[in-house]
Amino acid sequence: MDNTSTISTPSAPKKKRYKNSYKTTMRKWCWLFLGPVLIAFIIGFVWPFIWGIYLSLCKFRVVSETELVGFENYIKVFKDAGFMHAFWYTALFAVVSLVLINILAFMVALALTRGIKGSNLFRTVFFMPNLIGGIVLGYIWSMIFDGILSNFGTSILLDSKYGFWGLIILMCWQQIGYMMIIYIAGLQNIPDDMLEAAKIDGATSVQTLFKITIPNVMPSITICMFLSLTNGFKLFDQNLALTGGQPITMSPDGTIVKSTEMLALNIYTTFYGSNSGAQGTAQAKAVIFFILVAGLGLAQLAITRKKEVQQ
Amino acid sequence: MSKSRRILAMALSATMGLTMLAGCNNSGTSSTPNNTSSGNQSTPNNSGNSGDASNGKVYWLNFKPEADGTLQEIAKTYKDQKGVDVKVVTAASGSYSQTLTAEMDKSNPPTIFNVGNALGVKDWKDFALDLKGTAIANELNSDASNLYDETGKLVSIPYAMECYGIIVNKDLVEQAGHNVADIKNFETLKTVVEDIHSRASELGFDAFTSCDMDSSSSWRFTGHMINLEYFYEQKDNHWTECPATISGDYVDKFKNLYDLCVDNSISTRAELATGGHDPSQQFKDKKAAFTVQGSWEYSGIVEAGLTNVTMIPYYCGVEGEEKAGLNSGTENCWAINSKVSEADQQATMDFLVWCVTDPDTSAKLVKEFGAMPYKSAAASENAFLAAANDYANDGCYTMNWATNFQPNVDEYRNVFVSALNAYNANPSDTTWEAVKTAIVAGWATQYNAINS
Repeated sequence: MDNTSTISTPSAPKKKRYKNSYKTTMRKWCWLFLGPVLIAFIIGFVWPFIWGIYLSLCKFRVVSETELVGFENYIKVFKDAGFMHAFWYTALFAVVSLVLINILAFMVALALTRGIKGSNLFRTVFFMPNLIGGIVLGYIWSMIFDGILSNFGTSILLDSKYGFWGLIILMCWQQIGYMMIIYIAGLQNIPDDMLEAAKIDGATSVQTLFKITIPNVMPSITICMFLSLTNGFKLFDQNLALTGGQPITMSPDGTIVKSTEMLALNIYTTFYGSNSGAQGTAQAKAVIFFILVAGLGLAQLAITRKKEVQQ
Repeated sequence: MSKSRRILAMALSATMGLTMLAGCNNSGTSSTPNNTSSGNQSTPNNSGNSGDASNGKVYWLNFKPEADGTLQEIAKTYKDQKGVDVKVVTAASGSYSQTLTAEMDKSNPPTIFNVGNALGVKDWKDFALDLKGTAIANELNSDASNLYDETGKLVSIPYAMECYGIIVNKDLVEQAGHNVADIKNFETLKTVVEDIHSRASELGFDAFTSCDMDSSSSWRFTGHMINLEYFYEQKDNHWTECPATISGDYVDKFKNLYDLCVDNSISTRAELATGGHDPSQQFKDKKAAFTVQGSWEYSGIVEAGLTNVTMIPYYCGVEGEEKAGLNSGTENCWAINSKVSEADQQATMDFLVWCVTDPDTSAKLVKEFGAMPYKSAAASENAFLAAANDYANDGCYTMNWATNFQPNVDEYRNVFVSALNAYNANPSDTTWEAVKTAIVAGWATQYNAINS
């Protein structure tokens, strides 16, 4: 290789030469490694995304035959009472699930890093629900909830309160184990000397938790909050399988509100459940949905990153 | 040297990229149908002069999950006999619209698909070949169930005639000391049903199977039983297109029959929202004497060993209902994709004609579908369809499938099911009023949704 001779040249500072040759090599070979990923990214994300934005401005039945209609679809979205309800319902769900999942996952992680017997077994067991698909979970939990609620002559499909808390319980059960793993990794990274110093200084366990542990696991908190927030907003399978939007109420003037329908399900039912002009409206909803989730996710990342400390 | 390496690197990454692209392409065969065929209005006929059928392929996106086995078998037979590939894909129950939308966008879209009601015609008319005067349309023995668009284009033609009503196990009714022949109206039905239900533990069977309201069963009420309401509304002047509003004059008659079924069934009202009881199996297991179902159940019932079965109309308390017949019609209709190549259209046409004229094949299909409205198709052995004919021959009025006009059907039924769930949880005038709203105001809302 020509750069071997460059490295072995005795003149000039070796380090600089090595750096230059490294740069040259990287420049030469980077496309070999970046190329496939870049192509995959363009095919799998960039192109569908651009195409999706275009479709949101069109009327179509199948995506190969479209008719441009401008911003008509977006106007329809904001006039859709069902979408606005789904938005606020999703926001409420995302906030409640974010708080509960993170607090509980952190508590479980704390408990399982104390060196108690069988920690590894517990970690595995807590993580396992995450391996089951959302649709299956939804149906299983609907049976569990209805098994209990039928004793009181009701069902999860009959009251939106049951639907909401049912979904929260399901999501906590599924997500706590996953977030717990991330928190455990963060907790194990806290330098022992720091904890020891706190102990020597006479810090109480509460002080240690808030002054040492939490600031040191901020990177884990950031990622866990990001994941649970976006997961909450994007939730689809569990929502579809557990309640499917029921109970649905209809006022005499014909307005329909699906009381437990979240944003992603609303987009899906709009796309498949309505007339041939609704596919464009559903696409416009999807674009708004993306902006919303991306915006919220990035804002949350920026805020929590500020609280991270250097070890 | 360095330049050559750079070129090599670029070439390698391009090759990898292309390999991935090739992987994305799912067309495994060399013959690619022309997806952008402009011959939308071409009408292939059986003579084969508008496309070479031997180069064509057939892809049937099947609407009836229960028929999948038979259709796969027929596809194989056709390949063996004629050498033409026939692909049959069956959409999961309740997801036909989603599957069709997705499949239509592919490079090898279905050549045969189902367009079974007014909404289907509205959505898919631009993708359907005009079947007027084609070889398959000429084989029909009746044009009563053909579906046309507003320009008079024949969008789809029926391939299975069906009927629905209340299926009765005559043996069980007799065991309880009654006779099916005595059931002539709502009052007589009520007497028999309530008597059986009150003695269920003594008899070892109940009157009705579970009236589950989960998605696998709710359509029996929100799609079928509600037909009695629509039918009586338009009895003297059948709808030819979806009306903007309905009066709901017969909603209370629907309530009569619905309450009778629910109150005298195996399951209590509280269990219905979640469902999961498998009413069909309950009937086959002789756990109930009555079930709300259709003619497509016949082969399964016979296989389960029940032979002394019949079907009776939806008696609901309407005046003169002694002259009611069964609900006859279909939503199983073939449309041929006009966007595929002419060779594929021709191959599809030839295949469909073969299905309804070949004695063995039509016999298999008739066994599966009940009856096929084609001149050369095998005769039906379905006792329920025979019962429908008997009622008609006795001068009873046949109840047409006005339910096929339900606007924005999935959404309409979702709201309807939810209202029925609330009613079942707490049966009262208020909750029934909500059911009525879902039926009547829901119709107008969904009509506006699809026509806005």
